[in-house]
Amino acid sequence: MKRAALILLPYSWLIALFLIPFVIVIKISLSDIALAIPPYTPNLDLSQGWAGIKAFFAQLDFDNFRFLTTDDLYWKAYLSSLRIAVVSTLLTLCVAYPLAYGMARAPDEWRPTLMMLVILPFWSSFLIRVYSWKAILANEGLLNQFLMLIGVIDTPLTILNTNTAVYIGIVYTYLPFMVLPLYSALEKLDGSLLEAAEDLGCTRFQAFWLITFPLSRNGIIAGCFLVFIPVMGEFVIPELLGGSQTLMIGKVLWEEFFSNRDWPVASAVAVLLLAILVVPIVLFQRNEEKQREAEG
Amino acid sequence: MAEPSSKPNTTVFAPWTDPNAVPLIRFKNVTKRFGDFTAIDDLTLDIYEREFFALLGPSGCGKTTMMRMLAGFENPTDGTIEIGGQDMTGVPPNLRAVNMMFQSYALFPHLSVFDNIAFGLKRSDMPKTEIPDRVNEMLRLTRLEKFAKRKPHQISGGQRQRVALARSLAKAPKLLLLDEPLGALDKKLREETQFELMDIQEKTGTTFVIVTHDQEEAMTVASRVAVMDAGIIKQVDTPAAIYEAPNSVYVADFIGDVNLIEGTASASGEHAYDITYAEGVPPIKVSECTQDVAEGARVTFAIRPEKILVSQTPPEDRANTLEGTIIDIGYLGNLSTYHVELPGGQMVKATMTNSSRISRRDFTWEDKVWLSFRASAGVVLGE
Repeated sequence: MKRAALILLPYSWLIALFLIPFVIVIKISLSDIALAIPPYTPNLDLSQGWAGIKAFFAQLDFDNFRFLTTDDLYWKAYLSSLRIAVVSTLLTLCVAYPLAYGMARAPDEWRPTLMMLVILPFWSSFLIRVYSWKAILANEGLLNQFLMLIGVIDTPLTILNTNTAVYIGIVYTYLPFMVLPLYSALEKLDGSLLEAAEDLGCTRFQAFWLITFPLSRNGIIAGCFLVFIPVMGEFVIPELLGGSQTLMIGKVLWEEFFSNRDWPVASAVAVLLLAILVVPIVLFQRNEEKQREAEG
Repeated sequence: MAEPSSKPNTTVFAPWTDPNAVPLIRFKNVTKRFGDFTAIDDLTLDIYEREFFALLGPSGCGKTTMMRMLAGFENPTDGTIEIGGQDMTGVPPNLRAVNMMFQSYALFPHLSVFDNIAFGLKRSDMPKTEIPDRVNEMLRLTRLEKFAKRKPHQISGGQRQRVALARSLAKAPKLLLLDEPLGALDKKLREETQFELMDIQEKTGTTFVIVTHDQEEAMTVASRVAVMDAGIIKQVDTPAAIYEAPNSVYVADFIGDVNLIEGTASASGEHAYDITYAEGVPPIKVSECTQDVAEGARVTFAIRPEKILVSQTPPEDRANTLEGTIIDIGYLGNLSTYHVELPGGQMVKATMTNSSRISRRDFTWEDKVWLSFRASAGVVLGE
């Protein structure tokens, strides 16, 4: 009984704050656009009893999903998001791995400080941090001024409002989500394993490649999912740093909701995005479980 | 368990007594400092081929540092270490014909037992086709054939220990270093494994250097033992010599149980002394002393408890007979240890085999008994 009560708490949380809103989104995605408040039909009218419910369900259809296939904007946006998510996840991994490795190898007394520094950006607003990248990356921004000052370039580089700026923003924003799981995997690594590898004839680099890297695999997988999944639906970073050619599904979603006020199509986009993300989420869960079993 | 070798060794293995023997390992005035801390202090030591050499001492005495210097994980601050006549300064661990068995075993958790053992071979110049044969040979040697496919976390502690041993032996190193190899095993398994280790050492002909803080383990397996304290080697000798003829109070006290009786020495013959330890009682007569001490010097007389006979009447054939009172009896099943107080207040431990049932024991608490031992039973140790 006690256990059931304990489990009930997270479940009721999930049901109230995820499942019910999601069912509503699915419902809207099956509705039709209308010039009304809320801007779609049908609305469930319980005052007419059973007939009302029947009429309500009769009006739901998959037209919006069909519509998504007719305009190539949508699948291009999905593909572009996927590409940006994959590339930026790999970039984040490349930046985060040496960082996490350095942290894990740092003297014990330094580690809490380094950990703190990784988490520190969370103390300021995400929006402000992304905005400040605008000031850094703009044509007359800090980066260009600096590069021109030291004479590396003569004319300012156009970074802001390109995909490059989006990648920089994503790598910067999601770095802690990659660093932390990598760090926890690398920190657990027993130093004597590397000594044993060297003792058995490995060079330092071979020891890293044959021992450290495979043993941090779980951290790599966890970090990649933690970056990949939210980046897929990312909206703020491409909106603020990207240009007109930066196509991401999060941006499309926003425009459908707020510019077009087409809630049903926007909901269909959201439902499809979730359906696409279910695959990596399930894979992520399975990895976590496997890891727990191995450690169990 | 290891079969005892079918025929006894006719020639005694003792290259350290042969002036022409060339040592495999030479520590020459080696000093190792970590900051202000001196881990090894001007140490000179030779270890010979095929030896089973034990470094014995309390934690922090520098024995692990010596081993890590042999493996190449540390370099001496001063002095040189030679292996097989080659100065090893600056030679990294992967280029040394030395392998180490780690205290934690350091098995690679993501590799199977087979791959763990094959790991070093794959990094050597051994042809790929020969590696499985060598690994299987190692698996047979350590009786792990059935576990080849398992991961380290799927086997027991004792099996893991054998995988670690097999892995470190696979490359047939000139020298195998064992860092507290049996520390994680329970007592019974440890004793079994000690004999197994000796057997494997004999079969493979590898030179073993073992680090341990367990003196029984060192005594059991080693051909020679070095007793260390605070970065200095106190004594290097065979287990028997270290036990029977320790050269210092530290060694006598570190190895086994010992009675230490302080007194003043006066010569009574060639290599013989009388030790006066209390007033009004006859002195202890000691013969066959190896250390020379000055007349009237303060010395410590060390005698092992099992060398002392406890009896109700003084036996006539013993040089020393001392009367005392039993204060305490420690019953260990096979042995009993008697704590006997001598008239001057000196406590002496004497161990006797329980050859009859406990109900038939002759002595009990507060009994007056006679302690007796031969003149050659103990040693005199100077300051």
